[in-house]
Amino acid sequence: MLETIWFVLWGLLWAIYFMLDGFDLGAGTLLPFIAKDEQEKRLVYKSMGPFWDGNEVWLITAGGVTFAAFPTAYAVMFSSLYSALMLVLFALIIRGVALEYRNKVEGHGWRDGWDILLFVGSAAPALLFGVAFANIFQGIPIDTEGVYRGTLFTLLNPYGLLGGLLFLCLFCYHGAVWLAIKSFGELKERAIIFAKVLWVPLLILAVAFLVASWFATNLYANYLAIPVLWIVPAIAVVGLLATRWFLEQGALWNTWFASSAVAVGATLFGVVGLFPNLLPSSLDPKASLTIYNAASSPLTLKIMLGVALIMVPVVIAYQIWVYHTFRHEVTAEELVNGEGY
Amino acid sequence: MEVLILSRLQFAAATFFHFLFVPLTLGLSILVAIMQTKWYTSGDEEYKRMAKFWGKLFLINFGLGIVTGITLEFQFGTNWSRYSAYVGDIFGSLLAIEATLAFFLESTFIAVWVFGWERISPKLHLASIWLVAFASNMSAYWIISANAWMQHPVGYVVRNGRAELSDFIAVITQRFAVIEFIHTVSGAYILAGFFVMGISAYHLLKKQHVSFFSKSFRLALAFALIFSLFEVVQGHLNGAEVAATQPTKLAAMESHWKTEKYAPIYAFVIPKLSGEGNLVQILPIPGALSMLAYHTPSAEVKGLSDFKPEDRPPVFLTFAAFRTMVALGFLFVVLTIYGFVIRKKLTEHPKYLRIMLLAIPLPYIANEAGWMLAEVGRQPWLVWGLMRTSAGVSPVDPSQVAVSLIAFILFYGLLGAVAFWLMARFAKKGPAPATAAA
Repeated sequence: MLETIWFVLWGLLWAIYFMLDGFDLGAGTLLPFIAKDEQEKRLVYKSMGPFWDGNEVWLITAGGVTFAAFPTAYAVMFSSLYSALMLVLFALIIRGVALEYRNKVEGHGWRDGWDILLFVGSAAPALLFGVAFANIFQGIPIDTEGVYRGTLFTLLNPYGLLGGLLFLCLFCYHGAVWLAIKSFGELKERAIIFAKVLWVPLLILAVAFLVASWFATNLYANYLAIPVLWIVPAIAVVGLLATRWFLEQGALWNTWFASSAVAVGATLFGVVGLFPNLLPSSLDPKASLTIYNAASSPLTLKIMLGVALIMVPVVIAYQIWVYHTFRHEVTAEELVNGEGY
Repeated sequence: MEVLILSRLQFAAATFFHFLFVPLTLGLSILVAIMQTKWYTSGDEEYKRMAKFWGKLFLINFGLGIVTGITLEFQFGTNWSRYSAYVGDIFGSLLAIEATLAFFLESTFIAVWVFGWERISPKLHLASIWLVAFASNMSAYWIISANAWMQHPVGYVVRNGRAELSDFIAVITQRFAVIEFIHTVSGAYILAGFFVMGISAYHLLKKQHVSFFSKSFRLALAFALIFSLFEVVQGHLNGAEVAATQPTKLAAMESHWKTEKYAPIYAFVIPKLSGEGNLVQILPIPGALSMLAYHTPSAEVKGLSDFKPEDRPPVFLTFAAFRTMVALGFLFVVLTIYGFVIRKKLTEHPKYLRIMLLAIPLPYIANEAGWMLAEVGRQPWLVWGLMRTSAGVSPVDPSQVAVSLIAFILFYGLLGAVAFWLMARFAKKGPAPATAAA
């Protein structure tokens, strides 16, 4: 039971991470395409300013919880995905530094350099997280000793790449909606157009992923066994349709909430299908890591649960307060002399 | 074997680099919070400008501390998977709790502070910088209790082929953790004090913004003086704790080879780079090592010769790190006491100011040396007495680690250069003019 609770929490933490960091990874990816001049570029940066750092901690927490609740899975998963994870880490470092240092020095070379790094540092994790999770969903070649029998290129299979593209497109859409909320003037209008255009490939990729999952993975077994679980992918599907509808209505916050539901629903769709596996082996079912053979001791799970039940709601509460405090559109005056990194 | 060496080098590089930024975060957050509190209570605008100026340097530094910390958490899994699987039940939970309790608070409220000057009430804004200071220091406690557990594992049982938690409170309140935490944060506060004093000295030497930087200097001086004095006394407790728990580390620290009573400390020692014993050892202070370790001159201190070679840490590095740290620690006391004496007329002592400017890197060296002592001196153990370093490494392809190691070095080298260049640039530029600050 404790293991199951932690499995659910584990999935939720990743889902929240993708929902939150998803929009700033997306906005960073869109930067070179959507911002036409220096003022618009600053606007993109400012739109993420107060949020990205707090968002990224959800990744730390998701990673930490994997370590604490399912240490064996953490060990095998992270060492198996060695090169992919290193790429993600370097990308996230570059990106964080770009966000903080870009506006510290005047000068075209300096700014243009950081703009490129922000793009790379945002697009690469978006793509690689998708690749990594799709591979986890379909299983990776690990043996009974927990040793990975593949290379980085093993992960770049068609289903993995489809997952990567889906995440990239979803985050870009999510980011475009966020920019529409936070910016003003021409950038706002352009962001809305971007969102409308991006929604089409997003729909196609989502459908393709759902279909491909039927053939490439075992994810549907749980849904066929317990039909009430269909609610989870339904959240993603409804969110996907609703977000387009809200976008048409010009209800931007609702558009964003709906695309958040897509991010959460899509992640949990995979996680629920995975249960009770954390990391299925494509070589030998006996080598699969499950919540039963990879979990921490009951004592650790209990203590951690206590901490999580008290602290996670507190964190959510103050982060909501921060989002509420900085919910307004960035103003022209803030771009000139406002505070910032 | 190859993976082991590469992974050790990579982890060493990543932690060293991380800890170039952490101490300043720990200390300067408090100093900025004090400055802002003074502005809030007295209304003196100069303190607001101080909080903004030092806050700007704080932020350049803060960002790198955060992003380099993320890689560390993930490297336990990528490079030390056997270790992670073996101790995750205990070690992993400390990291996870750190993230939920402290890291969220720190990362969320730093943004509130940065973007909130005009947006939220001054009281709330002041609270946010204090929350950042509190959270980063609390974060240090969790990380250090995790490290202390590697140094001196308690509260566990070996069950199901791994170390499992049996007493959580013992893990987070053990003496080793408390002492190590106090020692580490005090070192960080000294570093922050010297950082502020050094930059202030630069401007005082040029006789610019004299009031602004005299105030900054004196505040930092008080901070650094208190913790430099404290660190000397406290460091002694640390030594005694190591003697009680890690005898090979203690012996390596002093390059002490022969088991004896009235064990001396030699004023000047050169350990042999390979093999047994010291090349040179002169000027013994009889009984000093026995005194340091066990508080009595007659106590017997075990020498390295009585440990099997495979159980000894690398002596030269451990020894050199220890001596460097201690020598610098005493130097900090001298420099801060002298500064205290002349605190009212700093600008009349350009020589002292020049020394303080040049002294900026010294606490960085002392902090890194301290960690080198703690970590190299712990070898060959990954978890003291429980798991050897060689048993903890991931079964990954060496070429992967070689590539990531090279990437780390190049990448961190560049980032470090950019960060310190930026800090120097803003430090030299000085504070914004008084009129624009309101």
